[in-house]
Amino acid sequence: MNKLPKGAITTIRGKAIAIKGNDIDTDRIIPARFLKCVSFDDLGGQVFADDRKEQNGSHPFDLKALQGASILIVNGNFGCGSSREHAPQALMRWGIRALIGESFAEIFYGNCLALGIPCAISTQKEIKELQDSVMQTPSLEWTLDIKKEQIISTCGTRNLRIDQGAQEMLIKGNWDATSELLDQKEDLNQARARLPYLNNFKAIES
Amino acid sequence: MSSGTLYDKVWNLHRLRELSSGSTHLFIGLHLIHEVTSPQAFAALKEKGLQVLFPDQTVATVDHIVPTTTHQRPLDDSLAEEMLSTLESNCSEYGITLHGLGSNMQGIVHVIAPELGLTQPGMTIACGDSHTSTHGAFGAIAFGIGTSQVRDVLASQSLTMSKLKVRRIWIEGQLNKGVHAKDLVLHLIKHLGVKGGVGYAYEFAGPCIQSLSMEERMTICNMAIEGGARCGYMNPDEITFKYLQGRPFSPSAKDWGKALKWWRSLVSDPTATYDDEVCFNADQISPTVTWGITPGQAIAIDEKVPTPEALDPNERSLAEEAYKYMDIVPGSTISGLKIDVCFIGSCTNGRLSDLQAAANVVRGNHVAPGVKAFVVPGSEQVAMAAQAQGLDKTFIAAGFEWRRPGCSMCLAMNPDRLEGRQISASSSNRNFKGRQGSANGRTLLMSPAMVAAAAINGKVTDVRTILTN
Ligand code: SF4
Repeated sequence: MNKLPKGAITTIRGKAIAIKGNDIDTDRIIPARFLKCVSFDDLGGQVFADDRKEQNGSHPFDLKALQGASILIVNGNFGCGSSREHAPQALMRWGIRALIGESFAEIFYGNCLALGIPCAISTQKEIKELQDSVMQTPSLEWTLDIKKEQIISTCGTRNLRIDQGAQEMLIKGNWDATSELLDQKEDLNQARARLPYLNNFKAIES
Repeated sequence: MSSGTLYDKVWNLHRLRELSSGSTHLFIGLHLIHEVTSPQAFAALKEKGLQVLFPDQTVATVDHIVPTTTHQRPLDDSLAEEMLSTLESNCSEYGITLHGLGSNMQGIVHVIAPELGLTQPGMTIACGDSHTSTHGAFGAIAFGIGTSQVRDVLASQSLTMSKLKVRRIWIEGQLNKGVHAKDLVLHLIKHLGVKGGVGYAYEFAGPCIQSLSMEERMTICNMAIEGGARCGYMNPDEITFKYLQGRPFSPSAKDWGKALKWWRSLVSDPTATYDDEVCFNADQISPTVTWGITPGQAIAIDEKVPTPEALDPNERSLAEEAYKYMDIVPGSTISGLKIDVCFIGSCTNGRLSDLQAAANVVRGNHVAPGVKAFVVPGSEQVAMAAQAQGLDKTFIAAGFEWRRPGCSMCLAMNPDRLEGRQISASSSNRNFKGRQGSANGRTLLMSPAMVAAAAINGKVTDVRTILTN
């Protein structure tokens, strides 16, 4: 599997996979029973667990030709429901590095961005065409260009929309709060040296 | 915008800079962790190849999944055992102090940090747990965070946050006999609403608050989050200082004078300005019980369950859902409702004075036939102090079970749970659908004394009728 997102993210390359349907909630993406866990590591295998069981091998995430895909194409209000970070984690650990859809639930969208996973938007018509070409030619290689807001393949180029704030954070690599917080290590050391309760109240005159 | 409040002063002391996203980079003084929300945070840290920046500013305990019948290892539930051992290995790998099973300092995270003197005025305190608001009782700014933020605090001892508005909740008067801090906070949430505090820090103040013990103050701040406020606090005073003196992690005798001086300087100024101010009178509060599926759906014991017409139109659909789920008739009395299970414990009401108040009710009485009643002390320290006073014997003689410390049936991640449609009288903080381990189980929140009264009579009872008998 390709490495988890890190640093500046400008392009995402790879095969695509399509999940059709509106209002796919986080419970479907990762059922609640998988939350009693000590790490997100195994969630990749559990993504869409119940849907996959029901479809008995014919779910897109089980189709041989789509294994290794990194761009997920979905419809409207994807990721609604509970706020569990387990949902984008499960998709990411299966291999997904970007989503393209008609719309995304707000919390899910934020959770994805915090993991370095862009969620790009397109129209219902364009999404349908994308989904169809993915299913017809699963071996097609795609490139998502964050800056140009385009998805490119040998079939041509399509325009998408990526929220400007998210675009900037991804391109600059500061989508990851931890690195921004660690940026100014000196500030952190100074705070630790300044706060009375961390320094036996030594700066307080008695 | 507020100014001159304790919240403003503590915020400014811990503010590092404004970030490009528009929020503030805030330094965290004390970070508390437990077995449920920390494992993925440590895993994320490892994935990023990061270290814990200041390990001595994080303290761990185990509480949510521990069984309360025995603390014997390995735990029967292998997943619970795995969560515990993961916390143990993470703590030892990163040099974090863990008050784990077998330690006499183990207990619910929001019970142990104050009683060990870790929680102090003027700190910023974060924990991957919404009831972190409890620690505000000491004049700390304390709030719950998500798993990604736990990772961030481990890595950087800081997080990004936007400043809250401050609402002062002024309480005149004094609580009557048989009326406790729990009744006061349920009364406040009933009137201000479960979303009323969104965007606010609550400053609880006034003559009533000043007369409360630290344990009572913690009960109130604990439930600030149930009123929608991310944090609640009280200005520290002589009662706070007296509580802290001599505790294991309190400032040493040598530094005590300087600590006092600093703490006093943090108190909200008389000229402080607030974003909002409201006032209540404690004299008018009766024992208060929830009848529905949010902590705001509460009534005084002598009131009737509201009819839809009596409610704000915005609250009606939730009320309809609650009548149905709880199987409660609008306009009926709550007093006399039959109870199956009585639970005394949790970070809201699992401290020594809570157990004392309940013991005073049960002493010389016996749990009603068919009722299961149990007491789960909030910590080992609470258990030991209670046992030293013979409270365990009082409870056992009255037909209660006396358990080992943990979160227990507050959220039922351990084996303690409701079954089927059972109704519990519970001293905990959430009466959400399914909260106590059964998908259709029902919870009535009340004070520990009221839970004790319900246990004795087998039905919801005004504790004042027992106390005067
Ligand atoms: S006692 Fe309940 S509310 Fe408190 S920390 Fe434990 S589970 Fe959370």
